Amino acid sequence: MSSVLYDVPGPKARRVSLIGSIVGTVLILGLLAWIIMTFAQQGILEGRRWAIFTRADVWMLLGNGIGATLSAAAVAAVIAFPLGLLLCLLRISDLPAIRIPTRIVLEFLRGMPVVLMMLFILLVFGTNQFIAVVAGLVLYNAAVFAEIIRAGIQSLPKGQREAGLTVGLTSFQSRMIIELPQAVRRMMPSLVAQLVVLLKDTSLGYIVAYGELLRAVQVMADFLGTQFLFPIFFVAAAIYIAINLCVSRIAVWIERRGSTKAAGGVAKAEPEPIEAAVP
Amino acid sequence: MDAVIESLPLYWNGFLRTLFLSVTSGVIALVLGTLLAAARVSPVAALRGFSMTYVEVLRNTPLTIAFFFAAIVLPRLGVKFEQFEVAAIIALSAYTAAFIAEAVRSGVNSVPVGQAEAARSIGMKFSQVLSLIILPQALRTVIPPLINILIALVKNSSVAGAFFVLELFGYGRQLANANGDQVMAVLLGVAFFYLLITIPLGILASTVERKVAIAR
Repeated sequence: MSSVLYDVPGPKARRVSLIGSIVGTVLILGLLAWIIMTFAQQGILEGRRWAIFTRADVWMLLGNGIGATLSAAAVAAVIAFPLGLLLCLLRISDLPAIRIPTRIVLEFLRGMPVVLMMLFILLVFGTNQFIAVVAGLVLYNAAVFAEIIRAGIQSLPKGQREAGLTVGLTSFQSRMIIELPQAVRRMMPSLVAQLVVLLKDTSLGYIVAYGELLRAVQVMADFLGTQFLFPIFFVAAAIYIAINLCVSRIAVWIERRGSTKAAGGVAKAEPEPIEAAVP
Repeated sequence: MDAVIESLPLYWNGFLRTLFLSVTSGVIALVLGTLLAAARVSPVAALRGFSMTYVEVLRNTPLTIAFFFAAIVLPRLGVKFEQFEVAAIIALSAYTAAFIAEAVRSGVNSVPVGQAEAARSIGMKFSQVLSLIILPQALRTVIPPLINILIALVKNSSVAGAFFVLELFGYGRQLANANGDQVMAVLLGVAFFYLLITIPLGILASTVERKVAIAR
């Protein structure tokens, strides 16, 4: 890979870089070895601790955890997207009486921790944990979706709306028929990136005692004994990260497929819409 | 309402703790994230690979798992903390650094190629090009997204409340348990204190965005 930031490395630079890479790799391997040694000393690597993964019920509990995580994320996403569209339309309404209150609500929702919303719904409305988790996720992500779509609509050329109004569409029709479809398509990468955030945020359900993957780990550790906490935690964390990586890959794929614009800039990659990637 | 007014000192403590967590982790994450972004565009393949792996893994790790790791797994590795706050700061800054690295990297990409070419043609080394020419401009354009990441950091610090750190959310949970009849007022109080940090930051982000938009 060559970059405008530096010359193509010559033999000397390549040698230095190679030595540096080897030293770095050795250091990281050393760190890993140290971690494994520490684990071994604590007996975490003993076969009997990992033997629990041969049991069907352990996998069933893990499966339940994954199911709870995915179902909360799926239900929340399905509700949050239309709600986000609606909020976006209200936010850009021509009437100040609609626009301004919506703006305040959106700022409020976006400025609050999701956990706090989940706890609020759980305690104040006395719902069950699933509804609390889903509602918390829906409220927050609908607000974020609304902002993303609004940014998409604002990024459209002015002529789109003007043309729509000129051919006799009402303001609302122009939004629905002309602007929204283009905005949603344009913001697809950000919207999918936000889905990753939503999926990750289901892990906050752990805090309000929703039986998602991490809570399943805790329950199993309490039930089977704390010596099994580490094996189960590592497997669960790996599963969680793997699922998220898959969804992120899909987001990147959609972005690649969607962007036909010529690449520019120093490191020759398309600058991503960063705001949506906020954790 | 009484419960909220009576426990205002607690709220204030929690608010200060949240602020402390956010500022400390924010500073660490900014430094670490910038270094990661620099590594990501560097000529050394191993640095690029390390930075890429770090960002990919941390960005796809749920924060709760990062906290679980820092608060429960790390002590078992012999990394002992006096207070759980240290674990919270480690988790928050490690997690946030990945997002900052991505933002700074896209800022680097947004700097016109001519800047780097000009710097190189007058004989600057990679480290000079990056630190004197590219990063100052890149950081300037990514200030609004960085502020948004810091807002998210403030909100994310609430997860620490579930891992034995008494900050706003932690106190909020305690107070909500103690005052079962006034849960709504208690939690709205907590929300108010969060908004006290996040809304001014949001306004700052959009102001800076407008200013920078004129500059370029």
